[in-house]
Amino acid sequence: MAEKKSVLEPVVNDFSITVGTVNGSGSQTANLTLMRAFFKMGIPISGKNIFPSNIQGLPTWYTIRVSKDRYLARSETTEIMVAMNPASFANDLDKLVPGGIFLYADHIKEEINRADVVVYPMPVKELVRESGAPRSLRDYVANMVYVGALTHLLGIEVEKLQEALDFHFGGKQKPVELNMKIIKKSIEWAAENFDQASPYRAEQMDGTDGYILATGNTAGALGSIYGGLQFTAWYPITPATGMPEAITKYRPFLQEDPETKKYKFSVVQAEDELAAVGMIIGAGWAGLRTVTATSGPGMSLMSEYVGLAYYAEIPIVIWNVQRMGPSTGLPTRTSQGDINQTYYLGQGDTKHPIFFPGSVTECFEFGWKAMDLAEQLQAPVFVLIDLDMGMNQWMTEPFQYPDTPIKRGKILWEDDLDNLDWEWGRYLDNDGDGIPYRTVPGNEHPKSAYFTRGTGHDEYANYSEDPETWAANLARLNKKFELTRTMVPKPEIHSRDGAEIGVIAFGSTDPAVSEACDYLEADGVAVDYLRLRALPINEDVVDFIRSHKRVYVVEMNRDGQLCQIIALEMLDQATKLISLTYNTGLQLTAAWVQNAILGKEMK
Amino acid sequence: MGAKKETLNGIGLSKEDYAGAPSTLCRGCGHNAIVNQMIAACYEENIPPEKVVKFSGIGCSSKAPTYFLSRSFGFNGLHGRMPSLATGALFADTSLIGIGVSGDGDSASIGMGQFKHVMRRNLPLVYIIANNGVYGLTKGQISATAEEGLALKNQSQNMYMPIDIVWEALVGRASFVARGFSGDPKQLKDLFKAALHHRGMAVIDVISPCVTFNNKDDTLHSYAWGKLHEVALHELSFVPAAEIVTVDYEKGQTAKVDLHDGTHIILKKLEHGYEPGDRGAALQLLEEANRKQELVTGLIYIDPDQKTIFDIDYLPPKRLNRVPAEELRPSRESLNKVNALMV
Ligand SMILES: Cc1ncc(C[n+]2csc(CCOP(=O)(O)OP(=O)(O)O)c2C)c(N)n1
Ligand code: SF4
Ligand SMILES: [Mg+2]
Repeated sequence: MAEKKSVLEPVVNDFSITVGTVNGSGSQTANLTLMRAFFKMGIPISGKNIFPSNIQGLPTWYTIRVSKDRYLARSETTEIMVAMNPASFANDLDKLVPGGIFLYADHIKEEINRADVVVYPMPVKELVRESGAPRSLRDYVANMVYVGALTHLLGIEVEKLQEALDFHFGGKQKPVELNMKIIKKSIEWAAENFDQASPYRAEQMDGTDGYILATGNTAGALGSIYGGLQFTAWYPITPATGMPEAITKYRPFLQEDPETKKYKFSVVQAEDELAAVGMIIGAGWAGLRTVTATSGPGMSLMSEYVGLAYYAEIPIVIWNVQRMGPSTGLPTRTSQGDINQTYYLGQGDTKHPIFFPGSVTECFEFGWKAMDLAEQLQAPVFVLIDLDMGMNQWMTEPFQYPDTPIKRGKILWEDDLDNLDWEWGRYLDNDGDGIPYRTVPGNEHPKSAYFTRGTGHDEYANYSEDPETWAANLARLNKKFELTRTMVPKPEIHSRDGAEIGVIAFGSTDPAVSEACDYLEADGVAVDYLRLRALPINEDVVDFIRSHKRVYVVEMNRDGQLCQIIALEMLDQATKLISLTYNTGLQLTAAWVQNAILGKEMK
Repeated sequence: MGAKKETLNGIGLSKEDYAGAPSTLCRGCGHNAIVNQMIAACYEENIPPEKVVKFSGIGCSSKAPTYFLSRSFGFNGLHGRMPSLATGALFADTSLIGIGVSGDGDSASIGMGQFKHVMRRNLPLVYIIANNGVYGLTKGQISATAEEGLALKNQSQNMYMPIDIVWEALVGRASFVARGFSGDPKQLKDLFKAALHHRGMAVIDVISPCVTFNNKDDTLHSYAWGKLHEVALHELSFVPAAEIVTVDYEKGQTAKVDLHDGTHIILKKLEHGYEPGDRGAALQLLEEANRKQELVTGLIYIDPDQKTIFDIDYLPPKRLNRVPAEELRPSRESLNKVNALMV
């Protein structure tokens, strides 16, 4: 039995819970239910799944951060630990803050060597057995015991749990009842056996009004569908798979033709990424709105075709949901390590626009915007997120219906060709913006057809090895790229009074960097924060760097890839840039950013 | 100068209207026969060039689409990756006729994966493999279809067993599998015609000699060997929809295949007495021919009714690339519902 301790000051809506389980033991239901119950109580939360590359057996953790101040990055401290896995037990116990609460399944017979934490063993097997759950389901529902125990401990509202379970099981009564039964039993058991009140409390507030819970992969899928998606081809790879799966899932719901009962767009699971990208390039060339999603290793396989698509000027959108390292690397850990790869993917001179959504809501927005940009530019366009944003549930603003009509770029059909007062050529820069007009197969105008190739070609798509023609064509492609600086989303700048230094970050690290900026201000170091939303950089980024004494570029890779790209584009300012990189596979934390910047500033 | 009177086909086009850029292939290259017979087949079948889309990989063979039908759209893709390109593009407008040209290196080596997978999807595509047992464009390396023991100039001898493209296509469940020979242009044209009317994957393995790197009389992909060993399975003719009633064919001696667009293939049986509707029999035929050192040519397998990738129920409207932009985006209300599902 735990040693008695005095009750501490209550800590309301400001703590982290980590659950250590065995992969494949069905803890996702329990964790997502808990998370959603907090959310439904109006308490801001985030959930981070830290899982192994394994289907069953290896340790996995889920951390729910509860934060009244809406600090939702991963926290480095854990106030409440639930240990369900003997293999990680000792480590889990070790990680708990002094004064923290340690719940564990009582069939784990490990030594408990800390006196500065509150320890409660939970009779998991017994409670499950008593609940009358069928033997075959017992392992799956066992995790509801800690849900019940935490409910009692923290004061979670039972109705909210019920609602969360209803959500999880899509209203199916049987599993909801079974799980609720165990939760209730565990609450009763906890009420009888927990001998002191928890200092950590969950209390109803209004911090989630107007928010939704979603993953970046789902948001990207929906953004693409609302961007007018017509064709997607894909190949499974963690952590990107969720996106095409969500596209498929929403298809009957969103894009079924009411008359014919046919879907309005097609999904092909390809034989590999070479084929996936080949298919969307064929489709994009032929005038369909296309997207695919992959991760670093798949990007490598796509690179040959992307180089061709860049040169042949074919609109496609590729989402790279980044994971750590090579094949297989750390496939279930997060990273921002593919920036260089993506920016320059291809052969010879290639450069591509990249969108960096900084929230799940922005994944939706950039989903449709990327499709517009691809067709406007007639070029491959990339969206880079990472495992953390792609796969974890984020509390985020609702998806906004696109505020501009779909942009198809410069496409000519039969009538258009008839009415032209200049002689069309596929690669002729008639408008002077570097972007030519294109026709697509099926156009029956006798002048519409042309031959697309990776070989040298002139303005009328004729084969050419003429040196001047080649150089002029590549110069035009670069002109298009320069134009994208004004077409991609501008950065978001958060200024503070008296800040002389700046920080640049992007993507999933936004919550950690924002939080760190608050802490740094309290430490007396005011920092202006520029959240980069796309490459290539534009004037706002240039001005930001020019107007600060030092600028930290924070990213999750080893070499400071974004920092390098910015430095190359602003060589005269390069010495101002300081690269801060965090490269462990775990999500960035505010504490890390705060310490990294303080460490440099205090020198 | 008096205008030369051109013969026009049923849709008022001359043969010139089906021409492409002048060929830059070697004189005598088997691939030129493919180009010429494709022009003739399309012209004679009254196919509007605007209804054709051409695809290819990389190789001398893959250059061929430049040399026919310049009034058709075309895409010269990557080495071995033509099938994926064609798959995506043909979704855009399923009323189009796709013609893909590839080589033995392109399809049987680097592109084997895509080759096999496009078979099982039964993509409607005329898929020609100009098979010369050698890598022409990279100057004479041994390809995966080369016979065991083949020795080429400046190359070591081929030690491995060859890949048989027809065999692979059959096993891959293509719905139309044929073999032609550039030295037999008449049959090649008829095979092309039948393939152009077939709804599904139509693979034609064309033995197409490379006169520069692999045409020694005793080698498997040479004109001489082909001429000596060719055994045509049928006398093949192609009958348009309207004319079938007037055609007189002897039952028993002849097989008739009805295609989806109402046209018909008439196969007059020759010495093998072979009918092309049974995949098992087709494989057996190949084994036998191998043993007897025969180059069997003709239509080896056909199933005109096999489901295509477009028959699967998710097929969108026929000409998806003409759907107006306003119709592509789901409604505002639907997004409200989606958001409401996420709290
Ligand atoms: C990725 C890649 N690897 C290698 C090549 C070089 N390459 C060009 S054509 C070719 C072989 C073509 O052989 P085949 O398909 O048989 O065509 P042929 O020239 O014999 O008609 C090779 C290896 C290439 N273009 N791309
Ligand atoms: S090298 Fe061989 S395959 Fe290439 S064009 Fe010449 S003959 Fe034909
Ligand atoms: Mg070859």
